[in-house]
Amino acid sequence: MSKTLFDKVWDAHVVDSVPNGPQILYIDKHLIHEVTSPQAFAELEQRGIPLYRPQQVVATADHNVPTLNQHLPIKDALSRKQVDLLSKNCENHGVTLYGLGHPYQGIVHVMAPELGITQPGMTMVCGDSHTSTHGAFGSIAFGIGTSQVAMVFASQCLLLNKPKKMRIKVDGDLNQGVTPKDVILYIIAQLGTNSGTGYFVEYAGSVFEQMSMEGRMTVCNMSIEMGARGGMIAPDQTTFDYVQGREFAPKGEEWEKKLAYWKSLPTEEGAEFDQEYSFDAADIEPMITYGTNPGMGIPLSGTIPDSGDQNFEKALNYMGFNPGQSLVDHPIDYVFIGSCTNSRIEDFRQAAAVVKGRQKSPAITAWIVPGSQQVAKQIKEEGLQDIFEAAGFAIRQSGCSACLGMNEDKIPSGAYCVSTSNRNFEGRQGQGARTLLASPLLAAQTAIEGKLTVINSLEPAL
Amino acid sequence: MKKLNKIESSAVPLPIENVDTDQIIPARFLKATDREGFGENLFRDWRFKADGTPLPDFVLNQETYSGEILLAGTNFGCGSSREHAAWALADYGFRVIVSSYFADIFRGNALNNGILPIQVEEEILQKLLAATSNNPQTSFRVNLEEQVLEAPELGIKVDFAIDDYKKMCLLNGYDDIDFLLSKKDEIQAFEKSRSH
Ligand code: SF4
Repeated sequence: MSKTLFDKVWDAHVVDSVPNGPQILYIDKHLIHEVTSPQAFAELEQRGIPLYRPQQVVATADHNVPTLNQHLPIKDALSRKQVDLLSKNCENHGVTLYGLGHPYQGIVHVMAPELGITQPGMTMVCGDSHTSTHGAFGSIAFGIGTSQVAMVFASQCLLLNKPKKMRIKVDGDLNQGVTPKDVILYIIAQLGTNSGTGYFVEYAGSVFEQMSMEGRMTVCNMSIEMGARGGMIAPDQTTFDYVQGREFAPKGEEWEKKLAYWKSLPTEEGAEFDQEYSFDAADIEPMITYGTNPGMGIPLSGTIPDSGDQNFEKALNYMGFNPGQSLVDHPIDYVFIGSCTNSRIEDFRQAAAVVKGRQKSPAITAWIVPGSQQVAKQIKEEGLQDIFEAAGFAIRQSGCSACLGMNEDKIPSGAYCVSTSNRNFEGRQGQGARTLLASPLLAAQTAIEGKLTVINSLEPAL
Repeated sequence: MKKLNKIESSAVPLPIENVDTDQIIPARFLKATDREGFGENLFRDWRFKADGTPLPDFVLNQETYSGEILLAGTNFGCGSSREHAAWALADYGFRVIVSSYFADIFRGNALNNGILPIQVEEEILQKLLAATSNNPQTSFRVNLEEQVLEAPELGIKVDFAIDDYKKMCLLNGYDDIDFLLSKKDEIQAFEKSRSH
């Protein structure tokens, strides 16, 4: 029988099956960070179990780190304790840590791919729902809870029921000004926030084939926002070129062996999916969200729909919007370009192309938060930092920052923030903060204009 | 893990859809490094004003509603994978959550913390929510062994699905670590057998 990409990777990692129950899935790489790992380490210690395969675990500090003065001790006592505990746990259990100050530190879903830790055909987990990002390489990557972090520590395995398979195809040519972020916001707006629950998604079609690895990561990253455990894209020459030569990528003979295997992974003709959707690229416009879940998105040129539903009204109340309203010309207070969705070098190149030679609006506070130390370095080397600084943007150090408002990078109550992150939930960016999700391109343009404007003459040639 | 089999209790209605784990426990409370005490901040920003005074309209602040069962709108527990959400619900005293849809990661986290997620048809959920909102004393019986949820006063009795393995874990208070450790030989054999 013809197999899908997902089947091939999953089946190659099944250790055993429990009759009438879950399967034991072997995990190749386990990424950890400071917020969802301490209780798992504590559990190992309480039960006197050693960490089984420390060399398959990689740690970084990202969620709860300051983005200013990272060379100084962390001011907030609880955050400092949490970050220190990660260092101590990693040391005690022999886990490699790229902590604050290390040149490889960064948001876990930015630093692992750029180091070549993420590779096609792998199974990867992390105590973070956006682990789906790594599926861009044709790996099975998904977020887990802390109890599962402890299970992987103890056995390098998880007990799971095999998810169902969905394929989402987008074919055709994207319109000017439409980025990978718009593609995924469009898909989620079309299908809804729980359409993917119980599924693993494969994105296919010419749009994804032509997309860069950064763009593919943006798309796979947001799979969880439609409820899917993960998203995948078949590995191809773009994938191989990205991985080759990176720090932890296979080398020499090993590379040739892996490459041959990776080339065998794509979904075969005739393979079956439990659910399929297809979209036409020409229908996709630059997107913006107006509500409190990522499915509440419209083309910026459109108007907010009316639903009459209580939950819908609650969301619009929170956002201070009305049904039928257009968001064009709506004033904005903050612009945040960062997060594991859009904080890679390509995202900043796009934003800088819009910003170059212009000044941000005085009404806007604009933050640039690189996804990793390596991206920060690249921004500097490519001269993008100068462009942003000259325009009045504040450049922070790498971390999750205002994506989840765990550190001091919070949006004030009632303020509107155009954000390149992935969640517009109530209070996500700070209590009472109002988040509008958009692409780095639209975010940059908003910072210049001080309000939402249709992608226009400011648009660079993509 | 705490064992669970039969629960008899009134329920707390939360007819909000797409409740994400950021609402269940906001990120600023994730700095803790142990599992205890999250119940205090369960639904923090719906339950309290910024200055800490309770918001009287929120159901957890209404004394008439209580119980070990939470009735919640569809797609409960979406968003962040934070298990802190399950810890907060358990710490507050919920043992069963009834909804018409659960987000995948949350469902797993709940089961790993002795909370039983019961999925029912949307129509049934709406009946249960309405009944409890009208009469907070409406009683419910959950029997995990038989996989039945019952609301005797309403004449409602529904079966629910749960994987045999997870059911065994909840009934006995076992967790996956014990099971996975018992499979060490198979895991090692698998590691040796891999060609790529
Ligand atoms: S950037 Fe945001 S979404 Fe990504 S890992 Fe950090 S907190 Fe999670």
